[in-house]
Amino acid sequence: MPATPDRNAIDVRSVSKIFGSGADRVAALDNVSVVIRENEFFTLLGPSGCGKTTLLRLIAGFDFPTEGQILLHGQDIAPLPPFKRPVNTVFQSYALFPHMTVAQNIGFGLEMLGKPMDEVTARVDQMLKLVKMEALRNRKTSQISGGQQQRVARARALAPQPKVLLLDEPLSALDYKLRKEMQIELKRLQHETGITFIFVTHDQEEALTMSDRIAVMSSGKILQVGSPWDIYDKPSERFVADFIGETNFLTAKVEPAEGGKANAILSSGKVISATVAESLVPSGEATIVVRPEHARVVKGEGHLPGVIDNIVYFGTDTNIHVRLDDGGAFIVRQQNTRSAGCGFELGEHVGILIADAAAQVLKD
Amino acid sequence: MARSNFAIKRQPGFATIAIFCFALLYLPIATLVVFAFNAGRSVAIWEGFSLRWFQQAWNNDLVLEASIRSVQIASTAAIIATVAATMAAIATTRTKPYRGLTAKYAFINQPLMIPEIVTAVALLIVFSRIKVATGYSGLGYLIAAHTAFCIPFAYLPIRARLESMDLTLETAAADLYATPWKAFTRITLPLLWPGIIAGLMLAFVISLDDVVITEFVKSGGQDTLPTYMLGQLRRVVTPEMNAISTVFLLISILIVTLFFFISRRRT
Ligand SMILES: Nc1ncnc2c1ncn2[C@@H]1O[C@H](COP(=O)(O)OP(=O)(O)OP(=O)(O)O)[C@@H](O)[C@H]1O
Ligand SMILES: [Mg+2]
Repeated sequence: MPATPDRNAIDVRSVSKIFGSGADRVAALDNVSVVIRENEFFTLLGPSGCGKTTLLRLIAGFDFPTEGQILLHGQDIAPLPPFKRPVNTVFQSYALFPHMTVAQNIGFGLEMLGKPMDEVTARVDQMLKLVKMEALRNRKTSQISGGQQQRVARARALAPQPKVLLLDEPLSALDYKLRKEMQIELKRLQHETGITFIFVTHDQEEALTMSDRIAVMSSGKILQVGSPWDIYDKPSERFVADFIGETNFLTAKVEPAEGGKANAILSSGKVISATVAESLVPSGEATIVVRPEHARVVKGEGHLPGVIDNIVYFGTDTNIHVRLDDGGAFIVRQQNTRSAGCGFELGEHVGILIADAAAQVLKD
Repeated sequence: MARSNFAIKRQPGFATIAIFCFALLYLPIATLVVFAFNAGRSVAIWEGFSLRWFQQAWNNDLVLEASIRSVQIASTAAIIATVAATMAAIATTRTKPYRGLTAKYAFINQPLMIPEIVTAVALLIVFSRIKVATGYSGLGYLIAAHTAFCIPFAYLPIRARLESMDLTLETAAADLYATPWKAFTRITLPLLWPGIIAGLMLAFVISLDDVVITEFVKSGGQDTLPTYMLGQLRRVVTPEMNAISTVFLLISILIVTLFFFISRRRT
């Protein structure tokens, strides 16, 4: 289906999925709408049980929405059973066929599509090369390592050249180092094949490093969709800010200012400029967030005065925990320079200086 | 694991009871096997080693006929029962749990619970009516009866195998463009084979040594090996019976051993 004017790969429209009824009723997805563009690396990020797998299963056709519609390249896919959807999945458990070899696994989809044998073989060779598994083509899948199984699962799902590849936490079973390697490989693979990836993870760091865009989910709802930068720097809700990275929450009096910004009057009486999520008209009490690396600890007063509570060394950075005079807590992350120590001491009276335009006003 | 610390083995009298039970179980069988090789006509007085009774059994046309009939019935019944059991096992494991599923398990396994003699009498009555009505009196009745009581035995290992199989494999097949039929033949069935073979062999053995139902259902001249032996025992007892039993035992042990290894095999 080349060159559709519609550049949306997947269009999820007001989809709800209800499991059970009565007291057992669970809204795994609650009126979710999201558009996934062609060729993008799109990530569904959220804590366990928020409905990520459920959304993937609806797209793949393993389950059906209670309400709403899912479009693939502008066409409603509701009438298509899973084996007719040009969408493939990399399962969390890989689900490799244990009675088949690596090559047979990879060729399975093409074979089911009725492709001639020589085409299947050629494509399998190509996929084996792509995931660097040529040497193991005739091994049984039970006789290869976890990382290799992951590669086979990926090659198997990519071999039929799906329109969209769904990946359900494909890296969660791997150890840290292998996971880092696979992240890079996956990203490269997406780039080389140009296939739309929908990637599920509950690891915010993984989401930030890999994605073109991220949807943050919580209890069956999508809270925010945006680039990693948007999500990290301009969280619209408390949950998003809290889930992604470390954050400081402050209460402030907010009033509108020029250029779509807001002025926030802090507890200390100091005024800082803050950015505002779209569609929000700020006024009155509000929560603002400041990332730890967007503030500095200074000798003197700064924007917020306090006492140093704790100093935590991380190698590249040091976190300085400050107990604010208004009773709140604030963490500042400071990059370590070559000189030893961070230049401050426990119990020292200091001020916190918030960088320009670093504060973000939340919706709630 | 805490329980193994209790060490039942070290309780007083354990060894004695265990030895007594094993003796009770296996001594008669051992005696039977030993006297199959007796040179004399007695099943109680040893007169020297010989294979004459095996030879005599082998040359006895009635034994041969009954054996062939037994194998015919057992293999046909086991195959039909296994096919039915496979379908039943898939139908009861590859669906979402629903009300009435437990009742279905019970229904499928019912033949294990109903006393065999009750089934036998019931079948005798029903089949005699059918015989009169249709005039047919072939092996069909025995095969039907054996199929019926073999189904639960075939069903159990197949269902166990299906339950231990990862459902996402079938989902993955569907994801890779396999129609439900293809997913079944290419994924489910190959992985299910050990269970099916185990079920088949279990059903075969169960059918092979059935006496009660066969005795009631069979028409004249339809003796299976067990019912033939029963008939002989009513008259004169020679070590020929021991010889037949020994061979029978050997075949059963062979099949059960195979069953054990196949059902233990993991993929
Ligand atoms: N078949 C089902 N029947 C009933 N409830 C279900 C079913 N599948 C999922 N749920 C419920 O729906 C909610 C979302 O589940 P889902 O598997 O989509 O979560 P997830 O975001 O993938 O979580 P995880 O990160 O743990 O995989 C959960 O509360 C779960 O208990
Ligand atoms: Mg999940």
